[in-house]
Amino acid sequence: MPLPQPGATDPTVIRNFCIIAHIDHGKSTLADRMLQQTGVVDARSMRAQYLDRMDIERERGITIKSQAVRLPYRGEDGHDYVLNLIDTPGHVDFTYEVSRSLAACEGAVLVVDAAQGIEAQTLANLYLALENDLTIVPVLNKIDLPAAQPGKYAAELARIIGCNPDDVMRISAKTGMGVPELLERIVRDIPAPTGDADAPARALIFDSIYDTYRGVVTYVRVIDGRIATRDRAKMMMTGEVHELLEVGVISPEPVPGKGIGVGEVGYLITGVKDVRQSRVGDTVTTAQHGATQALGGYRDPKPMVFSGLYPIDGSDYPELRDALDKLKLNDAALVYEPETSLALGFGFRCGFLGLLHMEIVRERLEREANLDLISTAPNVVYRVFNDEGVELVVTNPSEFPTQKVDKIFEPVVRGTVILPSEFVGTVMELCQQRRGLMLGMDYLSEDRVELRYTLPLAEIVFDFFDQLKSRTRGYASLDYELTGEQEADLVKVDILLHGDAVDAFSAIVHRDKAMAYGVMMTGKLKELIPRQQFEVPIQAAIGSRVITRETIRAIRKDVLAKCYGGDITRKRKLLEKQKEGKKRMKMVGRVEVPQEAFIAALSTSDTNSKK
Amino acid sequence: MQRDTFDQVLISEVQLAARELGLDRRAVETVFIGGGTPTLLSAQALVGVLDTIKSEFGLVPGAEVTTEANPDSVDQAKLDQLVAGGFTRISYGVQSAAPNVLKILDRTHTAGAAAAAIAMARSAGFEQISADLIIATPGESDGDLLASVELVTGAGVDHVSAYTLIVEPNTPLARQVAAGAVPRPDDETAAHRYELVDKLLAERGFTWYEVSNWAQPGGECQHNMHYWRNDDWLGIGPGAHSHQSGVRWWNVKHPRSYAEKLSIGESPVEQREVLTVGQVQMETVMLGLRTAAGLELAAAGDINPEVITKLVSDGLLDEVALAAGRLVVTARGRLLADAIIRDLVG
Repeated sequence: MPLPQPGATDPTVIRNFCIIAHIDHGKSTLADRMLQQTGVVDARSMRAQYLDRMDIERERGITIKSQAVRLPYRGEDGHDYVLNLIDTPGHVDFTYEVSRSLAACEGAVLVVDAAQGIEAQTLANLYLALENDLTIVPVLNKIDLPAAQPGKYAAELARIIGCNPDDVMRISAKTGMGVPELLERIVRDIPAPTGDADAPARALIFDSIYDTYRGVVTYVRVIDGRIATRDRAKMMMTGEVHELLEVGVISPEPVPGKGIGVGEVGYLITGVKDVRQSRVGDTVTTAQHGATQALGGYRDPKPMVFSGLYPIDGSDYPELRDALDKLKLNDAALVYEPETSLALGFGFRCGFLGLLHMEIVRERLEREANLDLISTAPNVVYRVFNDEGVELVVTNPSEFPTQKVDKIFEPVVRGTVILPSEFVGTVMELCQQRRGLMLGMDYLSEDRVELRYTLPLAEIVFDFFDQLKSRTRGYASLDYELTGEQEADLVKVDILLHGDAVDAFSAIVHRDKAMAYGVMMTGKLKELIPRQQFEVPIQAAIGSRVITRETIRAIRKDVLAKCYGGDITRKRKLLEKQKEGKKRMKMVGRVEVPQEAFIAALSTSDTNSKK
Repeated sequence: MQRDTFDQVLISEVQLAARELGLDRRAVETVFIGGGTPTLLSAQALVGVLDTIKSEFGLVPGAEVTTEANPDSVDQAKLDQLVAGGFTRISYGVQSAAPNVLKILDRTHTAGAAAAAIAMARSAGFEQISADLIIATPGESDGDLLASVELVTGAGVDHVSAYTLIVEPNTPLARQVAAGAVPRPDDETAAHRYELVDKLLAERGFTWYEVSNWAQPGGECQHNMHYWRNDDWLGIGPGAHSHQSGVRWWNVKHPRSYAEKLSIGESPVEQREVLTVGQVQMETVMLGLRTAAGLELAAAGDINPEVITKLVSDGLLDEVALAAGRLVVTARGRLLADAIIRDLVG
């Protein structure tokens, strides 16, 4: 019997699945081992973590990430199967993208480190998988480790999933132990896809990546019908129609073919240059005789966290713009618009899915475009109603209304923390400080606890990860998802330098924390701003009401004692140098502030907010 | 290099400079022998150098001729010889009357020796006697400063230079400060002592005329006034700087290479720079603002009037002088002169 070919595969032999795992719990190693054991990659060409090599350009000039690999597999029953391993972004801000990847599967292999147990993000993704009615294959990995406690964690997993501890497989992806059994289990337990082969084509986009050479590469799972190269593809949400330049599967190199059929997973290349034209969650159909009803569950990416990004060297502004334009092609969730700051010059106000998304973007800009950037304190989206009932959406403290505010709504998340029980007290205290409302607490095992809280998103974007890590010596893991909004007593705190507000330091904070923010910021600036010829008050104010104040005393002496003969040349050269330095000074009203002071003031808070 | 032949090296540079200037030579208005301790040379040697200046350039009538001296490097005979040889002014590095301060400054003389040296200079017949004081040395008290002022004014100087201590890098004092053995001098104390010395000297009939200089009527150092008016001067010796109509040049620093160059008839000039119009203006403002006379607004060049207005309203520039067309710092402005200069020329 010939091997099932792309575009001509009986859905009953297909198994679409993903691996849910925490970073370092062995997802990549397991994927490698599966590639090897199914014979897709031979041992000689096997490189560690074959699927994880985003930056490596291929000979063909393609930088396709292996979002979905087709693995032909001959089962112990002698039948040929097609296993499609679909990658999921392992990232808290991409819950929606994860949910689309899961929606492309019928099953999920849940991989948990046998020495560490389940982590919060894994748990969250597991819940997502269960919501999508996926069949879960629970696996404990790294059982060859001396520190492995398979008994304990099998019980933990069994309790969470509601299965028998004996159903939890025990493997070592590193040595390959248990992997053949796992492949059999996937074939046996995970249902084959069902779909109407004769219906108009409907394929779910679960990933969309910009490739320098090929343009956007769109990964799809065909739900109904079939997509062929002779078709023209229609994106049902955007309504755009594109030629299909290439349709194929990844195995593990791209294999172009004539098309892909019901239940299959593959890629499409249409020549578009922007991932926004091929959105995750959208439904692809054919331009002619296409489907009329899109698959459900599409959501527009919605930025929830905003921050100003500025080049430290103002002359890098054009490079930053180019780098953002380029990054945008590959990141449908990134939004930005030019912004000018008194303190920081020209930059961009950027919107992100969350704090980690923000960090990824910033890191990529710095690494790929070789830029030094400074970001302002992150901000969430507020809905503000003034006393006339007019609604304002505020993503920047500068947009906060100056007139009387009637109501303010802030986004809230459902946060899940998994942690050793010894740290429960200190983490509960942290959540309380961050205006958290406890939803529940469960023991996953005798010494591991799951804490659930409702927390304002604004409290999480401000150094929550950092605090959590330091309070639990790194043992806690956090996941959160947006659940809605709540009314809150929020105020804008301005920082005034000699009476003038410094835009980059304004912040929207809870009224109870305004004072703490003011004291922290004024204290920091007092240390960073050099003394001037006059006394400089640094104040924190809510509206016109000053809540705290520091003072930079006037400089009393700034004169060279001796100026004769050779001193004159030295002194003039020094003056010329200072004159150059002065050009780099920013004037806030009459106060001269070195750019470095602004950067230092923001960097410190930035460091604190990093995970 | 031999100290006993150093005067001959200096003389050869004076001669070389005179030859190079040729017809541009002018009669000299002031001579100032300073930098270190010139009185380590014999009176004869110093007078020899002065004689060469006289013969090569000529001195104007009533020319001011100064030498610096350490209180413990002179005796009556030497001072008599200097006066006889044409020196009119002596400037002593007294520094302080307080033994603990002198110790930190690594000076070997005593307050008594300083008073005696000043008295000897008077009896030798110097027309003018100056004393240098260093203020705000760590460990100095207000009382120490009062004692220092009383020491020098009581001994009969007509000129005082009071310099705020600068801890120069790579000096024993810098190392002591770094090691925490001596407290780091702070600007608050320096400002306070400066105001104190200004007050003490004013009470004793001395008028402030440059950032660090006070004099009784007629006691101003004419030589230094030339620097601050950005006039022309010729510097002789290792590392000496010269200025003539917007050109500045300076000699090699090391005494040996300086002497070697001159011994083979070569110019000891290390480098020369021609100042741009902007640089000349910057220097004019920078130097003029240090003085009580200030500078003419017209001489300051293109200055933003808003900056001047701001400096006046901040109490750093004198409003009355400005109305008369001059830029003059106020009492508070003196201590911030460099900041004012940066504002004006920045």
